Amino acid sequence: MNNTKRMRKKMRNKALSVLFCVLVYLFLFLPISVIVANSFNATTSKPYMMWKGFTLDWYSKLFDNTLLLESFENTMIIAIVSTLLATVIGTLGAVGMYRYRFKGKGIINGLLYIPVVIPEIVIGIALLTLFSKVNIPRGMITLILAHVSFSVPFVIFNVRARLSGYDKSVEEASMDLGANRIVTFFEVTLPILAPGIGGGALLAFTLSIDDVIISYFVNGQTKTYPLKVMESIKSGVAPDVNALSTLILIGTIVLVTLTQSDILKRKGK
Amino acid sequence: MKKKRSKHEFRANTLPAMVTVGPMVLLLIFLVVAPLIFVAVMSFCQTDQYYNVVYKFTAENYSKLISPDYLKIYGQSILIALLTTIVCIIIGYPFAYIIARCKSKKKKLLYMLVIVPFWTNSLIRIYGWRTFLGSNGWLNSVLQNLHIIKEPVDFLYKTGTTVLGMVYCLIPFMILPLYTAIEKLDGSLLEASSDLGAKPYKTFLEVIIPLTSGGIFSGSIMVFIPCLGYFFVSNILGGGNTDMIGNLIERQFKSANNWPLGAALSIILIVVTLILVKIYQKLGGDMEDLGV
Amino acid sequence: MGKIVEIEGVNKIYGTNHVVRDLNLSVEEGEFLTLLGSSGCGKTTTLRMIAGFEEPTTGSIKVEGEPIEEKEPFERNVNTVFQTYALFPHKTIFDNIAYGLRMKKVPKDEIKKRVLEMMEMVQLSGFEKRYPSQLSGGQKQRVAIARALINRPRVLLLDEPLGALDLKLRKQMQLELKRLQKKLNITFIYVTHDQEEALTMSDRIAVMHDGVLDQLATPTDIYEHPKTKFVATFIGETNTYDGCITGISEGIATVTLENGAVKVKCDDTFQILEYATISVRPEKMKFDTAPREGFELIAMVKDYVYVGSVLKCIVTLPNGNELKIERLAGQELPKIGSIIYPYWNPEDAVLIHNESYKIFKALDDIKLA
Repeated sequence: MNNTKRMRKKMRNKALSVLFCVLVYLFLFLPISVIVANSFNATTSKPYMMWKGFTLDWYSKLFDNTLLLESFENTMIIAIVSTLLATVIGTLGAVGMYRYRFKGKGIINGLLYIPVVIPEIVIGIALLTLFSKVNIPRGMITLILAHVSFSVPFVIFNVRARLSGYDKSVEEASMDLGANRIVTFFEVTLPILAPGIGGGALLAFTLSIDDVIISYFVNGQTKTYPLKVMESIKSGVAPDVNALSTLILIGTIVLVTLTQSDILKRKGK
Repeated sequence: MKKKRSKHEFRANTLPAMVTVGPMVLLLIFLVVAPLIFVAVMSFCQTDQYYNVVYKFTAENYSKLISPDYLKIYGQSILIALLTTIVCIIIGYPFAYIIARCKSKKKKLLYMLVIVPFWTNSLIRIYGWRTFLGSNGWLNSVLQNLHIIKEPVDFLYKTGTTVLGMVYCLIPFMILPLYTAIEKLDGSLLEASSDLGAKPYKTFLEVIIPLTSGGIFSGSIMVFIPCLGYFFVSNILGGGNTDMIGNLIERQFKSANNWPLGAALSIILIVVTLILVKIYQKLGGDMEDLGV
Repeated sequence: MGKIVEIEGVNKIYGTNHVVRDLNLSVEEGEFLTLLGSSGCGKTTTLRMIAGFEEPTTGSIKVEGEPIEEKEPFERNVNTVFQTYALFPHKTIFDNIAYGLRMKKVPKDEIKKRVLEMMEMVQLSGFEKRYPSQLSGGQKQRVAIARALINRPRVLLLDEPLGALDLKLRKQMQLELKRLQKKLNITFIYVTHDQEEALTMSDRIAVMHDGVLDQLATPTDIYEHPKTKFVATFIGETNTYDGCITGISEGIATVTLENGAVKVKCDDTFQILEYATISVRPEKMKFDTAPREGFELIAMVKDYVYVGSVLKCIVTLPNGNELKIERLAGQELPKIGSIIYPYWNPEDAVLIHNESYKIFKALDDIKLA
C-alpha cells in the first residue's frame, strides 16, 4: 500500500472534520441531555438545579399536574386544528397559484413572505392589536387563527416545490379519460402532491407546538404548553416539565421517523 | 359565441382560481396585511392616563424612539444579532460543508440530527442552558468537583451568554441553506480549480465562497432578523443585562402597557427587515431560499 | 523523444472494487495517446490518478521522470479538460481562461495578451465578457480546452471531452483537437469510449477492459492485429469464431470450429490443441458458391443491408451463429436463402489466444518446475 505524506495529510484533515462535527453535535444536544437528565432528578427544592439522585417520580407526578396536562392538551388541539386548516388552505392556494391566471399574483406571492421574514414578535403584537380592536376574545380561537397565519406560507412553499417537477399533462390525460375537474383533483393531483403536502403539514405542526412568541401575545387566559414553561421559568422549571418535554421529544422522533420513511418509500416508487 | 367562451373561461379559470386561492388571500388580507397596517396606524396614536389607546394622531411615539436609553438598546440589539450571525457562519459553514460533501450513506441522518434538537420546546432548551451554566448549575458543579475552580463562576447574564442562546436557537436556519447551497456545488469545479494551480485557500476564496454566497446571504437574513425579536432568550440568559429591541416591544405590550409606543418600536423592526430583504435581493438573493 | 508519463504497477482499489489492475503504461513525449474502453473499465480513474484527484492504492506514477505521489493537483504540471467542462459559472470566459495564469501570479498584461491569443486560437475572440451559461456546448468545450492549454502543461489530460456534443460538432472538434495538439506539440492523454474517435485521433491507443490494459498499439495495429477477443470485438466490426488448433504447418494453423475446419495465419506462440479465437473483419470475408480448399464452412444467405457504398451480407451458420460479410455494392449477389461457402485469405484473419493459453502456460510452468 502506498503511504504518502499527502494521504496522511488527508487522513488528518478527515479526522479533524469528524472531531469538529462531533463538537457541533455536542453543542446542539447538550441542553437536550440536560433536560432529559433533569427529568430523572430526585431534587424537590427550587430551582431544581442540584442533582440529588435518580428517580422516576416526576413521570408519575406529571399525571397529577392537571394544569400542565391541560396546557399540553391545548397545544395539541391548537396544533392539530391549525395544521389541518393550514394544510387545506395552503395546498389549495399553491395549486391555484400554479395553475390559474389572475391579477395580483405577484403581490400575493410577495405577501406570502411576510410571515416568514418579519420577526415573530411583530406578527404577534400586530395580531394582538387587531384582535383587541375588533373585539375577538383572546383564547383558543385567536391562537388557532394566529398559528394558521404563520403556517400557511410554509405549506405553500413545500407544495410548490413538489409542483415545480409536476407534469400538467397527467391532469389533461385524466380529463381526456372523462374525469371532471374535482375528480381529477382528488384522483390525480392530490396523490402526486402528497409528499409535499405531508412535508408542509409536518412543518406546520412542529412550528405550532413550539411557538412561543406569537402565542404569548394572542393567548388571553388560555395556556399552551410553551407558555406554561415560560410562566414557570421565573421560579425554576420543575422536573415534571422536563419529563413531559422528554416524552414529547420521543413522540416527535417516532412520528417523524414514521412519516419520513413513508415519504421516502413513496418517492422510491 | 362570445358569451359561451367567457362561460368556459369562468368554469376553467376564474371559478377554480377563486375556490383555490380565495381562502389563502382572505387569510393574508385579514391575518397578515390588516394587522400590520393596524400596527402602523397605532404607532401614531395616543394613550389616555389609564393607558387605553386613543385614536388621535401624534408623532410623539416616534420622538421617544430616539431617547438615549433606547439608542443604547438598538446598538446592543445590532451587536448581538451581528455577533450571532457571524458565529453562526463560523460554526455553520464548515459544519454544513462537511456534512454536505460527505460521501457516506449516513448523510441524510447527519442532516436530520441537526433538526432533532428543535423538536423540543425552544424555551426549555434555553432553560437547559441556564441549568447548565448557572452559578449553581451543572458546569460549575463539575468544575468545582474537579477542583479546577474554587468559587462558582457566573456564566450567565452576559452578552456572550445571550449570543450563545441566540446561536443555539438560530443556527439551523444558517446550516440548512448553506447545506443546500454547498450540496449543489459541482465537485469537478473544485478539481478544475486545483488542476489549474489554485491552492486550497485560493479555491475556497475564488470558487467555493462565490458559488455558495447565496446560502450565506439567505442564512444571514434568517438568523439576523429573528434574532432582533427573540426576547425570551435575553430574558432567560441575559437577565435584563442584554435587552434587545424585542424586549422593549414585549414590555410595552405586557407590562408597561403603552401599545402605541410598542407599535412604533415594531415599525423599526419592519423597516429594518424590509431594508435587509431589499439588500438581499440586490445581492442576487432568491426569495424562495428564505422559505426553508 | 523520451517518456513523459510512466505508470508502474499501479492498482486502484475502492473497498472491494478493483478498478485498475497492475497497470504499466508509458506515454511518449508529444504523442496523442488514447485510453479506450467501455464505462467502468478504469480509464477515467487512471486519468484522475495522473491529475492527482485520486491516489494509486499501490504502484507509482512519474511525470518527466519524477514521482508525483507527494504532489497535490495544484502542484502538478498537467492540466485536465473535464467531461462536464467544469467552467466556473460565476466567472467570465476571460476570467475562466485567465484562472491558471493568475494562480501562477503571471503579470496582468501578460495574462491579457496570452488569454486573447489563446481565445483567437480556439476561435472565441469577442466572447471575453460572456458567462459560460451564455455559450453553446461547442463553445464551452473550446473554453475548457483553452483554459487548460494556456498553462502550457507538459501533459494535457482529456476526459471524454467531446461526449456531450452532437455527432457533426464532435467530428469537427476531433480534427481541431488534433490540429491544436500538433501545433502546440503537447502530450495528450485522451479518454474515450468511442472507438471511432480513438482510431481517428490517436498516435497510440491503450485499450482497457475490466481494469486491465489489454493492448497498447497504433490504431492500425489495434485494428488489424487485436491481441484479445475484447479488443477485436470492441474496435470495429468483426466476426469471431472459437475453436481448437488441430494442425500447424508453415505458419498456417488449421482451426477446427463447431461448423468445420478453417485456415488462419499464426505465430509460434500457438500450439496444437490450444483453444483460440479467430477474428475476421467483414471486409476481409469472402464467399463462393463452391467449397474452397481448407475451409469447411457452409452458410445460408439470410439478409442484405445496404450501408452506402458497401453492402452487408448477413449469413447464418448451421449452429445458428451469424456472420457479416461486406461486399461492394453493385456486384451480383446470390439470392436470399441460397447456400454459400464462406472463406478468407489466411493472412487476413487474426488468431487470438484465449483462456486456454493461460492454462497451457501454467501447465508448462509446472512441468518445468
